[in-house]
Amino acid sequence: MKRSNKPVFWALFGAGGMLSALIGPMLVFITGIAVPLDLLSRETMRYERVLALAQNGFGKLAIVAVISLFLFHGCHRMYHCLHDFGIHVGAGLKAAFHGFAAAGTLAAAYLLFLIG
Amino acid sequence: MKTYRRPMAGWWKRNPYYLWYMLREASCVFITVYALILLWGLMRLTQGEWRFEDWLESLATPKSIAFHAAALPFVLYHAWTWFKVMPKTLPYSRTPAGVIVASGITASVLCSAALFVAVWWFGLWSLP
Repeated sequence: MKRSNKPVFWALFGAGGMLSALIGPMLVFITGIAVPLDLLSRETMRYERVLALAQNGFGKLAIVAVISLFLFHGCHRMYHCLHDFGIHVGAGLKAAFHGFAAAGTLAAAYLLFLIG
Repeated sequence: MKTYRRPMAGWWKRNPYYLWYMLREASCVFITVYALILLWGLMRLTQGEWRFEDWLESLATPKSIAFHAAALPFVLYHAWTWFKVMPKTLPYSRTPAGVIVASGITASVLCSAALFVAVWWFGLWSLP
């Protein structure tokens, strides 16, 4: 019997769901509201600072984890949503959603590699 | 052969329980777009200071603030429901359901507070 790839995507969905449940609201608040509106100093996300974060090993790991797992979580749920709306989700569409998240992950990893 | 398929249009509007379910599911759109915004910022970061500053500027536009302000309650609701269903995803656990939910929410509050303090301190470091 062919092995199902379901557990892999389920695990990625779960990891992304957990990470976004733990820090998602705070991240959205910090990067999307507090810093842009200067509630937290705009200095917080100054180029040199974010660059230093992206050049640090742990920083890289944190950045790629947030981007990748949020994408896998979101895309997985989106594809289940289509089913809820009565759109039959075949293997192709499923691959497209997971492929999109995988492409985002590769892009993030490549960019972090470029930054050095 | 064509089989009968129950019509699906608007089923989620018929019962408030389904509506809340759909609102939870809608959080996935915000989480995906948010991840793409961060990915875009990372790309700008590799292109140098000016490009990155442009990205920061774009975050301060009313459209962007509105998006994040709309995303916030959805992501919060996702977090709430995530811990609320956690006992069901751990069927073999002997821990009472209420304890699992409470620990999850506590963990979320602690992680968020730690993140906020870390970012705040990180922002206070003086740069050369």
